[in-house]
Amino acid sequence: MIETRGLTKTYRGGRPAVDGLDLAVPRGSVFGFLGPNGSGKTTTIRMLMGLIEPTAGTARVLGQPMPGAVRQVLPRVGALIEGPALYGFLSGRDNLRRFDAADPAADPRTRSERVGRALDRVGLAAAAGKKARAYSLGMKQRLGLAAALLQPRELLVLDEPTNGLDPQGMREIRALVRELAADGTTVFLSSHLLDEIEQVCTHAAVMARGRLVTQGPVAGLTAAVLGPGGHGRLAVTTPDPADAVRVLKEHGLTGLRADGDRVTGELPEAPPDGPAPPDPAELNAALVRAGVRVRAFGTQRPSLEDAFVRLTGEGFDVAG
Amino acid sequence: MLRADLLRSEIATTFRRWRTLVLLAVLAGVPVLVGVAVRIQTGRHAGGGGGPAFLAGIAGNGLFLVFTALAVTLPVFLPMAVGVVAGDALAGEAHTGTLRYLLVAPAGRTRLLCAKLVTVVAFCLAGTLVVALSALATGALLFPLGKVTLLSGTSISFGEGLLRALAIAGVVALSLLGVAALGLFVSTLTDSGVAAMATTVGLVLTAQILDGIPQLQAIQPYLFPHYWLSFADLLRDPVYLDGILRNLGLQALYAAVFGSAAWARFTTRDITA
Repeated sequence: MIETRGLTKTYRGGRPAVDGLDLAVPRGSVFGFLGPNGSGKTTTIRMLMGLIEPTAGTARVLGQPMPGAVRQVLPRVGALIEGPALYGFLSGRDNLRRFDAADPAADPRTRSERVGRALDRVGLAAAAGKKARAYSLGMKQRLGLAAALLQPRELLVLDEPTNGLDPQGMREIRALVRELAADGTTVFLSSHLLDEIEQVCTHAAVMARGRLVTQGPVAGLTAAVLGPGGHGRLAVTTPDPADAVRVLKEHGLTGLRADGDRVTGELPEAPPDGPAPPDPAELNAALVRAGVRVRAFGTQRPSLEDAFVRLTGEGFDVAG
Repeated sequence: MLRADLLRSEIATTFRRWRTLVLLAVLAGVPVLVGVAVRIQTGRHAGGGGGPAFLAGIAGNGLFLVFTALAVTLPVFLPMAVGVVAGDALAGEAHTGTLRYLLVAPAGRTRLLCAKLVTVVAFCLAGTLVVALSALATGALLFPLGKVTLLSGTSISFGEGLLRALAIAGVVALSLLGVAALGLFVSTLTDSGVAAMATTVGLVLTAQILDGIPQLQAIQPYLFPHYWLSFADLLRDPVYLDGILRNLGLQALYAAVFGSAAWARFTTRDITA
C-alpha cells in the first residue's frame, strides 16, 4: 500500500529530517507510525502525499510513484495532515463542499449527499451550518476527518487524529478507525499516544531522529524489541519480599526486583528443546508452600511503551 | 466539465469573503465622494478648472464622472485592492493550512494556480465595474446627462458615450493584469498572506514613484503603470490607439513573465505549511 526505499529529505543546510527510510505498509493493515516530536513523521507523510519532493529515494503509494502520480493516487486517499485547516468564514458544510470541489474525480451531482454522510459519520451534522471559526478544536478535528471521508478511500492517512479530542471523542474516533479498517480501508495512523497505537493498530513503525528504528506487527514488535523476557513480568505483592525473591530465583526467574512489598521478575524464556517454563500457577503454589504470604499475584504484559523507550532510549522528549 | 468545479468554488469563496466585499465597497465609495465634492464645489462657483482630468466636465455631464472615477482609482485604489486579493491568493491559503488540503484533494498545482489567476482577473473586472457603475449612478443622480464632448472637440451621442465608457472600463480592467500576475507570483513565495499583500502593494507604490521621477526615463516604459492613463485616448475622435496598445502589450508581458514565474515556483516548491 505504501512502500518507500531510502526515502530522504534534507532541508536547506540541516541534518536530514528523514534519513533513508524503508517503510512497508501492508494492504488492509492499521499501521501505527510512532515517534517523538521532530522525529520526521510529518515530513514523511508530506512526502507520501506529494507535498514535499524527496531529496533522495522513492516513495510508492497504492503502487504508483509519488509525487509523480498525484492525480491518479490522491483521489483514492483521504488525509488528515498536521491537524485540520479550515476556512473560518465558511460553514462546516461549505468547507467540505470546497475541498470536494478541489478533487477533479469527485462528482458534483452527489456532492451534497456525500458531504452530508461525511458529517453524519463524524457526528457533526448538528453543527454543519455553523461558521468553522466558531468550532472547538475537537470539532475542527472532526471536520478534518470528514473531509478525508468524502469519498470511499482505499487508504486513509491520519496524522494525530485524536489530538484535541476529549476522551469520549477519542473513543469515537478509534471506533471509527476500526470500522473503516473492517471495511477494508488501509489506515496509516501517526500518533504519539502509545496506548492508542496499541489499541487500534495491527502494525507499527517507530521513528527516531529521522530514521526508522523498527517496523512490523504490533504483537511481534514488543516481543522482538524487548527480546528474551519480553513475554512478560511476574508481579507478586507480599509482606515477605525477601523470601519471595529467594523462592522465585530457585524457579529460574531473572531480573528480580523487590520494591517495598512488590516483587517483580522476568519469566524465563522457553528453550526450544529444554524443559517447559514454569507455569505461574506452580510458582504461586511454590511460594505458598515456602510460607510466603501472597496478597496479589499476576503477570504483566510488556507494553509498547516499554518497547518504545528501549528503542529510542529517550522517551517522548523532543528530539534535538 | 468537472474542471470548472474548482474555479467556481474559488470565485464563490473569494467573493463571499468580508474582505473582498469591503474592498469593493471602498471602490464604490470613491466615485460617490468625487461626485458629491464636485456638486458642492459647483454650487458655490461655476467652473474652477485644475484637478484630475475630466473633473471640469462632470458638472456638465454626469458621464464624465465615470472617466474621472476610473482615472482617480486606477493609480492607487484599484491596484491596491488587486494587490490584496492576488497577494493573499496562495499565501493566505498556505498560512491557514488549507493549501495542503486543496493539494491532497488533489486540486493539482497548475489547475489551482489557473483557478487563482482567473479569480484575480475576475476581481480586476469586478473592481473596475463597481467603480464605473457607482460613478454612472452617482453621475446620473447629481448631474445632467447628455451628449458627450470628446477631448478632440467633437460631440457624440450619450449612447455612444456609454459605449466608450464601457470600453474604457475594459481597458482599465486589463491594465490591472500586470499587478495581478505580480501579486500572484509574490503569493507563491511566502506562507504569510499579510507579507505577500504588503509586498505587492509596496511594489505597486514603488513602480508609481519610479514612474514619476524624470531622471528614470530610460526604465519607465517598462514599468507596468507607465501607460495606465492612456485610456483617455479612447475619448478622442478618431480614437488614438498607440498608447492603449502599448499598455495592453506591457500588461501581457508582465502577465506572461510573472505568470510563468509563479507557475515555475508553485509547481516545484515544498508545501511545508
